[in-house]
Amino acid sequence: MATTATAPAYTHAGSEAESGLWSWLTTVDHKRIAALYLGTSLFWFLVGGLEASIIRLQLMFPNGRVVSAEMFNELFTMHGTTMIFLVVMPLSAAFFNLLIPLQIGARDVAFPRLNAFSYWVYLFGSIFLNVSWFVGSAPDGGWFGYTPLTTLAYSKNLNIDFWMLGLQILGVSSLAAGFNFITTIVNMRAPGMYFMRMPIFTWMAFITQFLIVLAFPVITIALVFLQFDRFFGTNFYEIAQGGDPLLWQHLFWIFGHPEVYILILPAFGLVSEVLPTFSRKPLFGYPVMVYSGMLIAFLGFGVWAHHMFAVGMGPIADTVFGVTTMLIAIPTGVKIFNWIFTMWGGVLRFTTAMKFAITLVALFTIGGISGVMHASPPADLQQTDTYFVVAHFHYVLVAGSMMGLFAGVYYYYPKFTGRLLDERLGSWHFWLFFIGVNLTFFPMHFSGLYGMPRRIYRYDAGQGWETFNLLSSIGVGFQILGVVIGFWNFWRSRKSGEVAGNDPWGAPTLEWSIPSPPPDYNFAHVPRVTSRYPLWDVKTPHAEPAPQRASMSPRESPRRLPTAKELGIPMPNPSIKPLFVALFMTLMFASLIAIHKDRVQLAVVLVIVFATALTASLYGWLLTPLEDEH
Amino acid sequence: MSSTTAAIHAGHPPTTTGLDHRKIAIWAFIGSECMLFASLISTYLIYKGRSRTGPFPHEWWCQATNATSATGPIANCPAGALYKPILNIPVTSQSTFVLLMSSLAMVLALAAVENKGKKGWAGPGWGGRLMESSKLWLLATAILGAGFLCYQAFEFTSFVHEGLTIKTNLFGSSFFTLTGFHGAHVTAGVLWLLTLLAIDMKRGLGPRDALLVDISALYWHFVDVVWIAIFTLVYLIR
Repeated sequence: MATTATAPAYTHAGSEAESGLWSWLTTVDHKRIAALYLGTSLFWFLVGGLEASIIRLQLMFPNGRVVSAEMFNELFTMHGTTMIFLVVMPLSAAFFNLLIPLQIGARDVAFPRLNAFSYWVYLFGSIFLNVSWFVGSAPDGGWFGYTPLTTLAYSKNLNIDFWMLGLQILGVSSLAAGFNFITTIVNMRAPGMYFMRMPIFTWMAFITQFLIVLAFPVITIALVFLQFDRFFGTNFYEIAQGGDPLLWQHLFWIFGHPEVYILILPAFGLVSEVLPTFSRKPLFGYPVMVYSGMLIAFLGFGVWAHHMFAVGMGPIADTVFGVTTMLIAIPTGVKIFNWIFTMWGGVLRFTTAMKFAITLVALFTIGGISGVMHASPPADLQQTDTYFVVAHFHYVLVAGSMMGLFAGVYYYYPKFTGRLLDERLGSWHFWLFFIGVNLTFFPMHFSGLYGMPRRIYRYDAGQGWETFNLLSSIGVGFQILGVVIGFWNFWRSRKSGEVAGNDPWGAPTLEWSIPSPPPDYNFAHVPRVTSRYPLWDVKTPHAEPAPQRASMSPRESPRRLPTAKELGIPMPNPSIKPLFVALFMTLMFASLIAIHKDRVQLAVVLVIVFATALTASLYGWLLTPLEDEH
Repeated sequence: MSSTTAAIHAGHPPTTTGLDHRKIAIWAFIGSECMLFASLISTYLIYKGRSRTGPFPHEWWCQATNATSATGPIANCPAGALYKPILNIPVTSQSTFVLLMSSLAMVLALAAVENKGKKGWAGPGWGGRLMESSKLWLLATAILGAGFLCYQAFEFTSFVHEGLTIKTNLFGSSFFTLTGFHGAHVTAGVLWLLTLLAIDMKRGLGPRDALLVDISALYWHFVDVVWIAIFTLVYLIR
């Protein structure tokens, strides 16, 4: 593209309609929805982090007295639920929203209003889940909610009701987004953007959507059974009636293990974008990276029972699930090696994004190896329910997913805002977070191997756990410092950061060919794609890294971009209806809480009212055309 | 990007596959729904024969002695303690037939919409004119779907009268949940068809709207296929 070389700063040909609260409530622009996802999920990251910090404060010394046992149960349940469903998934969704259309050369997603709906459902669902804190019964059954602990007999208060209804609501958001992104990627690729030319992030996002649409229905049904048991007195998890407590575990982990890959594959995709750019080399073994992603996802559906070795499924089942689990290490290992080979012999630039990305490669390997240790049933029987497992999944989720997502934030922040994040603050963010994560989670391997069980709120001195717990808690201090600096950076740079230009990094993919932030129509011309790294084909591949950044300064006179109207590009109209549908749906689910309080008639009335409102808004939405006639 | 001078595209660029977005999305949705019903059906099959007490789907049950019999009424069971097998295959065969016929009507509705405006495509005479009426076939599909729901309502009430509720035992819980979810899907489908019918009455559906009917037909046939699986696995196989 001719404009790429000069990369001028520009102003939007904006109008009143483009700013203000109303524009955010009615937006159907994938980039703004991405920004909403980003902001909301980072907020919940702080909340989830606060919950974790209190947990670590309680466990810092033997016989901690910071919180009660009940509070501790609520804290670890909500920490897990928040970090998985309210942070890592929606933070990934922020990148799906921003990047999928930009990377495939599209002007929006396939269903812009459905996209807005997904976000609002996520927002209202997350609020509903956390309202439980204020009524004094936050979920307390663990993020996995094992029955019969979560059945009415053992959990009489509202805690579990908030959890199961909240998850049900959030599931709708993920499923709607899944159908939307699958359609977008299948059907909206620019001419020449063949599947095997798609940027690797879009590939991983594509695979993740299949995991979402196939895994979420299973937990939906598991939760429906739980709801029916708790609300209507059915017998699905009633042992006295012949119900099998393992039914929940099977259904939950058939969802739960693919969920693990839903959490990590987007981060893998981001890292696969960051490493080539800052190594100035194409990704090593692109097709193998794609196939290994598919293989991870495929095998991910066949390993769920490795979460259940301790329940005694018998040697055959244990062996089969042990072997399939170990098999997943092969495609994952292939990815690790390909990332290393991408960097090998490259011109490395250690930007903050690159540091986070390399850290994922290094630390995920640790988590991956401890994962293979659990894959062996005899070893797992020793490790089940100890802090060793906690160490394992925090190495893959914090040192893996979160590092990758932070790499993505540093790398794509210019595309979101038009400005770069401060690299010096970024470096502080990175190093403090890096030290904190390792100091927190590495000692957990040892406290776990010394026998410290998970989910205990208090422990006696003299069992050899003191030092490790103290180290873990000190580590959290470093993480907090790092995150505070990072968030200060995110907040400050949106106004005062260096102006980025189209392509501050010398990156190869389509999203960097257009202004930052992109105009609402993204591409004035639909690009024609002839290779995997279109921008590196235009620019000389051996040029100095990012030459255009030196000439950029905020003082440069802004250039006005043409509007969609001037270009004759039809744009979807803003709409408030997705927000209403999402709101009424959330209220409809929330009304079911009244059943627990034996106010069945009230619940019925409320459900009917909100269902009617929901249907009316839905018809209003579906019968209003997306765009004006043209 | 070799071509930097492409003309500005007014309007929308064509889709990659040439298909409408909604067609791709409905298939993704159906894939997801498969997992939903797979979970429900699996649960039913896992719990089959594991209820501690009756009534049972295919066996007679005596509440007083907890005895069961697959062949006929249990002798010397006190009056009022004997429960019939719950599932009534002849009645459900009729409702299955009704639902299958609704799929046929759906196919005819889609054909009528796709060919609207082509004179005499369905042959001569009143028979041809009947075939050409999209309103008739949309209405027929909706009525047959509603007929299936009436059968289901009858079935549910009679089961409750025979002593089986959703709370009674594992069979009751898993049976009513599975078939109830299917019934909810049929209900959504009937509402969808009636909406299409309303649009057809208001402004007429023609070949340009064929996609609207096409995706509803995909959904409808899917719900139908799920019923065939349920009818076979729940009712016919003992």
